[in-house]
Amino acid sequence: MKYKHLLLFIAAAIALPVILVTPSCKPQNPVSAVEGDAAQKVYVAPGKYDEFYNIVSGGFNGQVAVYGIPSGRLFRIIPVFSLNPESGWGFSEETKPMLNTSHGPVPWDDSHHIALSTTNGEHDGRWAFVNGNNTPRIARISLSTFRTEEIIEIPNSSGNHSSPFLTENSEYAVAGTRFSYPMDDADSNPDVGIGTYKQNFKGTVSFIGIQPETGRMNVAFQVMLPGVNFDLSRGGRGPSKDWFFFSCYNTEQANTLLEVNASQKDKDFIMALNWKKCEEYVKAGKGKKSKVRYAHNVYDEKTHSATSTIEHETIVLDPKELKDIVYFMPCPKSPHGCDVDPTGEYICGSGKLAAIIPVFSFAKIQKAIADKSFEGEFDGIPVLKYDAVLHGEVKKPGLGPLHTEFDGKGFAYTSFFVSSEIVKWNIEKLEVVDRVPTYYSIGHLSIPGGPTRKPHGKYVIAYNKITKDRYLPTGPELTQSAQLYDISGDKMKLLLDFPTTGEPHYAEAIPASLVQPNSVKIFKIEDNHHPYVAKGEKEAKVFREGNKVHVNMTSIRSHFMPDNIEGVRLGDEVYFHVTNLEQDWDVPHGFAIKGANNAEILIMPGETCTLKWVPDRVGVIAFYCTDFCSALHQEMQGYIRVSPRGSSVPLTFSTGNKAEPTGATK
Amino acid sequence: MKINFLLRSVLGLMLVFWLANCTNSAPNQPTATSESSAPAGGGQSAVQDDVSQKDVVKVAISSPDHTTLVTAVKAADLVNVLSNAGPFTVFAPTNAAFDKLPAGTVEGLLKTDKKETLADILQYHVAVAVYKTEMLQDGQVIPMANDGKVTIGVKDGKFTVNGANILASVPASNGIVHVIDAVLLPK
Repeated sequence: MKYKHLLLFIAAAIALPVILVTPSCKPQNPVSAVEGDAAQKVYVAPGKYDEFYNIVSGGFNGQVAVYGIPSGRLFRIIPVFSLNPESGWGFSEETKPMLNTSHGPVPWDDSHHIALSTTNGEHDGRWAFVNGNNTPRIARISLSTFRTEEIIEIPNSSGNHSSPFLTENSEYAVAGTRFSYPMDDADSNPDVGIGTYKQNFKGTVSFIGIQPETGRMNVAFQVMLPGVNFDLSRGGRGPSKDWFFFSCYNTEQANTLLEVNASQKDKDFIMALNWKKCEEYVKAGKGKKSKVRYAHNVYDEKTHSATSTIEHETIVLDPKELKDIVYFMPCPKSPHGCDVDPTGEYICGSGKLAAIIPVFSFAKIQKAIADKSFEGEFDGIPVLKYDAVLHGEVKKPGLGPLHTEFDGKGFAYTSFFVSSEIVKWNIEKLEVVDRVPTYYSIGHLSIPGGPTRKPHGKYVIAYNKITKDRYLPTGPELTQSAQLYDISGDKMKLLLDFPTTGEPHYAEAIPASLVQPNSVKIFKIEDNHHPYVAKGEKEAKVFREGNKVHVNMTSIRSHFMPDNIEGVRLGDEVYFHVTNLEQDWDVPHGFAIKGANNAEILIMPGETCTLKWVPDRVGVIAFYCTDFCSALHQEMQGYIRVSPRGSSVPLTFSTGNKAEPTGATK
Repeated sequence: MKINFLLRSVLGLMLVFWLANCTNSAPNQPTATSESSAPAGGGQSAVQDDVSQKDVVKVAISSPDHTTLVTAVKAADLVNVLSNAGPFTVFAPTNAAFDKLPAGTVEGLLKTDKKETLADILQYHVAVAVYKTEMLQDGQVIPMANDGKVTIGVKDGKFTVNGANILASVPASNGIVHVIDAVLLPK
C-alpha cells in the first residue's frame, strides 16, 4: 500500500514539471491529474490573501512564526522568548523587562506549543499562547498587533512541556513539569541525591488564570503530584469542559537512562484532573500558600513599554488530601499526545512505543469514578481500571503515534514518527480509513481548528523533522519542513512542501476572517504615553541628567529631528528615544548607530522606542534609519559629536539649517 | 481605462486556458509557474485603509476644489505613483487655476495621445522630498519630478512657486500638499 503510494509519488514528481512548463495537449493520466493540480490549489494570486493564518511555534529558536495557508508563505517571525536584534526585542529599554525571570534576564527559550484563545471552545481570534519549555514560562501574543504582550514565569516547575493548552473559554492556560525534581513543601529544590527520585521528586501542574477582557495572566493555583514526566495535555470541552487531561510517562520514576528505564512498564498514565473542583477548593481556602519567586512581565501598549514584577506566592493543592480532583488512567507505553475530540467525549492517547491507539470515553471515566472502579493507587492517587474507561483501541495503526487532530466529521488524524505518515481513522468505529506518507519523521500536525469544538477542516499540515531529499542541502543541517495535505475528500492529497524557521513543534491554523479585520495598522500618536515621547518635531529635545543624555527624537519621511547633536562627552550614556511620527500603515523607521553594543530598533508608526548607546571614543558618529522607508531613505541620517571627558562643548541639537537660496538642488 | 486592462487580462488568461487544455474538458486555472498570470489587485491606491492618515492623492480626492487635478492625475496614471511611500511635495492647482488656462487646454490634455504631455506637466508639480513652508526661502530652487525646476518666492510671509500663490498647506502621510492658484507649466 505504502510502497504503491511512493511509486505514484515518484511518477508524479517526474511528470509535474513537464505539465507545468508545457501546455500539454495529451490527455492527463490519473497520476498527473492528482498531483498536477496541487500547485494551483496552493497558488494565491497577487492581490489575493491566504485563507488561513498558521501560527507556528519556532521550537529551538524561541519565537513564533506566522505563515499563510494554503500558500505556505512566511509572513512574520514574532519575537517571544529569544532576543531579536532585528527589531530590538530584548535590547530596547522598553522590551528588556520582557525577558526577565527569577534567574535574571534569560535571552532564549525553547518554544513548543501554540494555543489560540477560544470562546465556547471555538477560535475567537484574540490571542496566541506559547510555552517556554526550558525556563518554564507562558507567553501571550496579541493577534491584533502580532506582538508578545505578556510573559509569566511558572514557579515550582521544570521543563514546561505540557503547555500552554487552554480550557474551553480560555479561563486557564496550563503548565506542567516534564522534569520532576526534588520539592519539599513545594517551595524549594533541596540539596538531595539524584538517586532519591522516588522519595523526593515531585511534579506539578499549574493553572494560569486568564483575565477575560485583557488576557492578563496570573498563577491561579498549582497541583502537587507524584514525580513522573508530564508530557502533553488538552482541556475537555462540552461534557468534559471542567476537566483537563495530561499524558504521563516515566511512571517508572527513573532518574537515569530514561531511554531504557522509562520504557519498562506496559502502561503509563493519562491523568484526568477536574479543574473546576480545584477552583472550588481554592475558593474554599483548601490550598496551601507556597513561597516562590517568579517573574511576571507585561507590555503596555499605551506607554510602549514593559514592566517586570517578581511575585512571591502561589497556592498549591494536594490531591492526597483532596481525593476527588485527580485520577490516573492506564495508557500503553509512554504516551505522548493526549488529544480530546471535538465532542469532548473521546480522549486519544498516543503511546510512543505502542502498537495501538487507545481511545478513552469521558462518560465511562465518570461512571468508573462514581463506581470507584479503581485498580489501585499510584503514590496516593487513584488509578482507574483500563477496561472501565476505554472506548476502544485502534489496532495496528502505524509505528510511533504522536499526536492527533480532528476534522469535525468524525475522523481523527494521527501522526506517526517512526513510520513517517499521517493516518486517518474513524473515532467511533476505531477503523483506519486512509494513510499518507510524510517526508519525513512527522512530529506534530495541525488541522485548522483541529483542537476546537468546531474544526474548519480542509487541510492538515504536517511538521516534519527530516528533509534530506526535499530541499537543496545547506551543510550538515537542513531546513525543517511543513507539508500541506488536502483533506476535503476521502483521501488525503499532498499539495505542498514548505520550509519552516526553527523547529516547529505544535501549530494552530485559524481562518483569516477571524484575525485579519482586527490587525492594527498604526499606533495613534495621541495615545502614546511613553515618558520620553515627542509627539511632534517641535517637542524633540536633548537634555542631560548627570551623565545620562536623553534624546527625545522624532522620525518621519525622511529625516530625524534632531539630526545634529553636539555636547555629548565620553562617560555619558546616551538614550535615543525615537518616536515614529508616521500615522501611515506599514511605514516603520529604524535607528542604528555605529558601535552600539546592543542592536538596532525598529519603531512602528506612532510608537516610541529607546536604544541605549555608550560612546567609547571621541569623534563624530553617524546614525541612520535602517528600515527602507521612502525614496529618500538613504538621506535619513544624522551625526552626534562625542567630545572628551570634561569638554565644555555645549549641548545643542538641530535639524535643517535652511538651504542657501541658490543651492537647493540635489 | 482600468476596465479595459481587466478585460484584456481576462481575455489573455482565457487564451492561456485554451492553450493548456486543448483536450481537457476540466478547466485549469493559471498556476504559480504560469508566466501569463496577470497581477491582480489595483496597486497601492486600492489598499483598504481607513485608519492611516491620508496620502497626497487622498487629500486631493477629498477636496472639492481639486476635481480637475484628480481627473488629470487619473488620466496620466499617476494615482499609484503618488500613493507610494514618497516623500512628496505636491503643488496642487485648484479647479479655478485650471479654468484660467485657455479654453480647451484641459480637454486636450486629457486625450489619450496627450498622456505623456499631461504626465510631464503633472510631474512638474511634484517634488520628491517634503518641503514645508518653514523650510522655504525666497529664491530657492526646487528640483521637480519631471526634471524641471521651480523657484520659490517668499515675501511678507507669503509663499509663491513660479509666481503662483500657495493658498494653503495640507500635511499628508507621504508628504505635503501646497494648494496653488495657477497651473505650473514646464519651461
